[in-house]
Amino acid sequence: MFDYSPAPESKDLVKFQASYGHFIGGKFTKPANTFSTINPATEQVLAEISHGTAKDVDSAVKAARNAYEKTWSKLDGATRGKYLYRIARIIQERSRELAVAETLNNGKPIKETRDADIPLVASWFFYYAGWADKLDYAGLGANPKAHGVVSQIVPWNFPLMMLAWKIAPALAAGNTVVLKPAETTPLTALLFAEICQQAELPDGVVNIVTGFGDTGAMMVGHPDVNKVAFTGSTDVGRIIAKQIAGTDKKATLELGGKAANIVFEDAALDQAVEGIVNGIFFNQGHVCCAGSRLLVQESVHDVVIKKLKARMENIRLGDPMDKNTDIGAINSKEQLTKIDRLVKQGVKEGGQAWAPSCAIPKNGFWYAPTIITGVSPANTVVREEIFGPVLSVMTFRTPAEAVAKANNSQYGLSAGVWTEKGSRILKMADQLNAGVVWANTFNQFDPASPFGGFKESGYGREGGRHGLLSYLKGSN
Amino acid sequence: MRLEVKKTYKLFIGGKFPRSESGRIYKVNNHKGEFLANVAKASRKDVRESVVVARSAQSGWAGATPYNRGQVLYRIAEMLEGRREQFVAEIRELTGKSEKQANQEVDSAIDSWVWHAGWTDKIDAVAGNMNPVAGPFFNISTNQPTGVVAAFAPQDSSLVGLVNTIAPAIVSGNSIIAITSETLPLSAVTLAEVLETSDLPGGVVNILTGNASELGSWLASHLDVNAIDLEGTSNAAELEMLAAENLKRVIRKGSYSRTGAKGSLQHILDLMETKTVWHPKGH
Repeated sequence: MFDYSPAPESKDLVKFQASYGHFIGGKFTKPANTFSTINPATEQVLAEISHGTAKDVDSAVKAARNAYEKTWSKLDGATRGKYLYRIARIIQERSRELAVAETLNNGKPIKETRDADIPLVASWFFYYAGWADKLDYAGLGANPKAHGVVSQIVPWNFPLMMLAWKIAPALAAGNTVVLKPAETTPLTALLFAEICQQAELPDGVVNIVTGFGDTGAMMVGHPDVNKVAFTGSTDVGRIIAKQIAGTDKKATLELGGKAANIVFEDAALDQAVEGIVNGIFFNQGHVCCAGSRLLVQESVHDVVIKKLKARMENIRLGDPMDKNTDIGAINSKEQLTKIDRLVKQGVKEGGQAWAPSCAIPKNGFWYAPTIITGVSPANTVVREEIFGPVLSVMTFRTPAEAVAKANNSQYGLSAGVWTEKGSRILKMADQLNAGVVWANTFNQFDPASPFGGFKESGYGREGGRHGLLSYLKGSN
Repeated sequence: MRLEVKKTYKLFIGGKFPRSESGRIYKVNNHKGEFLANVAKASRKDVRESVVVARSAQSGWAGATPYNRGQVLYRIAEMLEGRREQFVAEIRELTGKSEKQANQEVDSAIDSWVWHAGWTDKIDAVAGNMNPVAGPFFNISTNQPTGVVAAFAPQDSSLVGLVNTIAPAIVSGNSIIAITSETLPLSAVTLAEVLETSDLPGGVVNILTGNASELGSWLASHLDVNAIDLEGTSNAAELEMLAAENLKRVIRKGSYSRTGAKGSLQHILDLMETKTVWHPKGH
């Protein structure tokens, strides 16, 4: 194996303020009730963030309502689209800064923020910009209507990308939004507020309120909110579904997953191993659609595991700002504790955990990439979403057994299939109960492609024409 | 004078006509308040049995070709047309509708089956698409049924409301447990006899007569039910809360009209899941 000299990206590409208020009605409020947001790779404080109160939420919803009634709903689609194009362009201009900011606050490798997160953010706005004046073609007949004010709550695993998935289609459809970033990763959303100012987006069309779960609950419960969009855990998704029961509020919920990644004996095994690594170790496994259950056909189990272990020995874990880093920091101490607890439980239930020998940095939160073999569908690590770099491995003999095991989950977000046989891919794709099926690839995302789950992985789609429909209603 | 042979109104579960496991019945009166029939009052165990048979029937029904499902739905329309007189008589007796009004309701019910029958092989043509992603990938979104649906037919309709509750669910390959109007259940049981003679696999449609509020909580909280249609319920908010436990897809009251000879594509899609498949392009 080659040694790599350190190649750190410059931290000076982004300047955070010492403290941030909320972004309401086009202006930042005075910071209040602050809490610290840190770099999870170093545990250094990056900025002080305001914890949103009921009053903050109310003024944000009022600003959004006001902007909806007086400005945004009166603009023609082409003009709304031009604002979104402007935002897309400013994101491209500031992409290096945003990538650095995201890596500092989230802990994910700069390689990923630079090559995946931020380019997708720009492309999401560019894609939905083009829909804004074509809503008649969305599939709801002529003159579909926006819902009005949308509360949007996004997670910490892809902070700015999830913001883009939420805000771009909402605005294209003519809604105004109040968005809350996750408590551990608020900084790129606050930089996005500046981008809205630079794009001269009318005041109140986008409002950013920072805070914890209680702030989010107030955003869901506010009586003047018409629609809720949430990405996060299935447990919180359930709470939101209960909270809006009996109201007129619509919801889009993108929740947990426990994807099966199925490798047949006739697969291109080296490619499949790359796909397995990408499927579970991309973004430290903090991915709702991560391929966290590897199903290998029995005849190739040993060779696949051997290749996988050899590949894992070459994974570089460490400074997320280093351009060579593959696996960065776990986003929070809380998440690290959860991963550790679940893996210990897996071992207690009889699984064998294996991780390559890699140096773990002293400060910050880290978890070495891990595979657990010798587990069955009843084991905790096979059933529960770990949301970390941990892969459970099982075997199967026939395609029918692979389908049965893959579908044996409360979740249904994604699945992977590796085989060189085309007819098998198509039949597997038909039978897998998952919203996204990646065949001979994994973890691909695109603004033109709908994403979202079956069963307890939530409902509604983001991306593509389907994602636009989440923010529209028929006019009759 | 010949004594009329009256029908026993029973449940429809797994293609069979059992009495309620509980042995319970309730009286149904005609529009003048006179006794008409004893109808089975479904119990919790009937609900659970229905979910089991609906689950086991679902994948086979979903796996049938759209052409085949379309023909089965069309066959239902044919069978319904053939028993028009019986439906008209039941609707008139229960609701006091005129012959013309009752015939109109039966017309709508028959035509709605025909409307739905035609959709089976067109849903993906209209609501699916190739996605032009920025990379060398084949990428397609199609729709598949969500699974097992629990549905409460409107309380104020004998036949057409029930048809417009069942058809949008099964057209795409879902199976269904349908709870009938409590006070107007006779046409529902007769509809079950139509379904039973229409080449529809047993268990795809299960029809329970009884009290919607009582049956509602058991269906809404059942973890092997994927979607719930709250149209005919009187405690919709409470049931929606229970349905959240396993993130059921919910159709709220008043979302769709159930009175016409046409349904709504959006209603059909509400009970389906979008699936997107990616594959690299290369040599």
